[in-house]
Amino acid sequence: MVSSAIVPQPEIVYRHSVMVRITHWVNAFCLLVLLVSGLQIFNAHPTLYFGEKSEPDRAVLSMRAVEQPDGSYRGITTIGSAQFDTTGVLGLSRDASGEYEDRGFPSWITLPSYRDLATGRRWHFFFAWLFVLNGLAYLIYAAWSGHVRRDLAPTRSQLRHIGQSIWEHVRFHFPKGEEAKSYNVLQKLAYLAVIFGLLPLVVLTGLTMSPAMNAAFPFMLDVFGGRQSARTIHFLCATGITLFVVVHLVMVVATGTWNNIRSMITGRYVIETEEATHGK
Amino acid sequence: MASERLSRRSFLIRGGAVGGAVLLGGCDQLSQSPDFRDVLYKAEGATERVQRLVLSQRSLAREYTEADLSKHFKANGSTRVADPLYRQALLGGFTDWRLKIDGLVERPTALSLAELRTLPARTQITRHDCVEGWSAIGKWTGAQLGPLLQSVGLKPEARYLVFHCADKLGRTGNYYESIDLIDAFHPQTILAYDMNGAALTEPHGAPIRLRVERQLGYKHAKYVERIEAVSNFAMIRGGRGGFWEDLGYEWYAGI
Repeated sequence: MVSSAIVPQPEIVYRHSVMVRITHWVNAFCLLVLLVSGLQIFNAHPTLYFGEKSEPDRAVLSMRAVEQPDGSYRGITTIGSAQFDTTGVLGLSRDASGEYEDRGFPSWITLPSYRDLATGRRWHFFFAWLFVLNGLAYLIYAAWSGHVRRDLAPTRSQLRHIGQSIWEHVRFHFPKGEEAKSYNVLQKLAYLAVIFGLLPLVVLTGLTMSPAMNAAFPFMLDVFGGRQSARTIHFLCATGITLFVVVHLVMVVATGTWNNIRSMITGRYVIETEEATHGK
Repeated sequence: MASERLSRRSFLIRGGAVGGAVLLGGCDQLSQSPDFRDVLYKAEGATERVQRLVLSQRSLAREYTEADLSKHFKANGSTRVADPLYRQALLGGFTDWRLKIDGLVERPTALSLAELRTLPARTQITRHDCVEGWSAIGKWTGAQLGPLLQSVGLKPEARYLVFHCADKLGRTGNYYESIDLIDAFHPQTILAYDMNGAALTEPHGAPIRLRVERQLGYKHAKYVERIEAVSNFAMIRGGRGGFWEDLGYEWYAGI
């Protein structure tokens, strides 16, 4: 048994400033509402195209209920020329009363759960405003406080050792001690890509779906390749953000669920020191 | 059981599972709560104010070329009008049909289709964006609404135009829509009588439909038979200014 006298107390660092913590949770909540209300909106026309207009024979993705020779229906998802039977999940799924319904995404992942485009739009645009204002508050703070430069920009040394960092992540070996006080290079690059890539892109492609914004800033149609392209890119961004959140949550669990969540609520993060690790 | 203490961790995990299950039902209830809906509706005001700020009153919707026309322009909403007077007018080629313009105007008037065709007109190839998400490109020709309104003279208290239509969707009353004077006097706002070089067909709103190009499809009222200038629409039908608006869609549907 190791006497407590020689086990160093874990070091507690103050990891996240109050602005980062508040904007993080507001952002997380907004993204959840935006995703599920966005899927309600998508369900009003569960087909994607590239270009300005929607020609049915040039869809890049569609989710449909297709009648079979025996009169029954199957949910068919088409991506390019590939077809998948997604009955029960995409194209055809059960509504709240258990009846099969012709719908893109299933009711358990849309807001509201029943078919209601108007209400889906209300949720989406309210939380889009909250998301944008919260994001602007974060960006102003991040630039003003030095958060981007201090916490998010990878160091030269980190970039040089990126291969090693990837290898360690693959083996689920995560930094400890002094190294764990700052984000690792993969974390930094992922956060930068989301904060300065995916999130602005999802807003801009969303705005490009507005006929009024098209009249005010017609170049946005050219930047994204047309109104229907903007809609498709918006959908891809939402997919990318969802994948990021999934990986993010997996990493939260893999690197210490409670320590991570506590640090995102109170700011305090416990560093497992090398000595403490060896002492166990 | 009473002595069993939930650890904070298992409490949170159980709470999370139950929370997930009630989340959907809770959100559906919230969606239907009038007070909560009023909160969500705040976003529309923000969108309208900001878009009106960045959007010059004259900035035009993009216009396309003949090569961009949709092979098939989907006709949505009403595609057939049941009203017997309308059916009679359709059979007669709308020769006896009249577009009424009344309400807060100096000179209430009723125009025949032939008269409408002699008014200052505009042809434009524009993209129609349905609120459902699809887009189609069509060529529209019609009388510009602005000069027409100037000729009938709006009274100073007029702030909106209400478009009363011949069709009914479902079992509710006739379709109607409204726009404000900024959109009404926009150069691309026309009462379209031709589509893709031919007279409008019934599915697309014969004899005339509104084209208000910086708005979503449901604002582009079909089968318009009366334009009423009003100071507000609180007393008209559901009070929200349009058929879909009364069902929860935005009046200012800038996005």
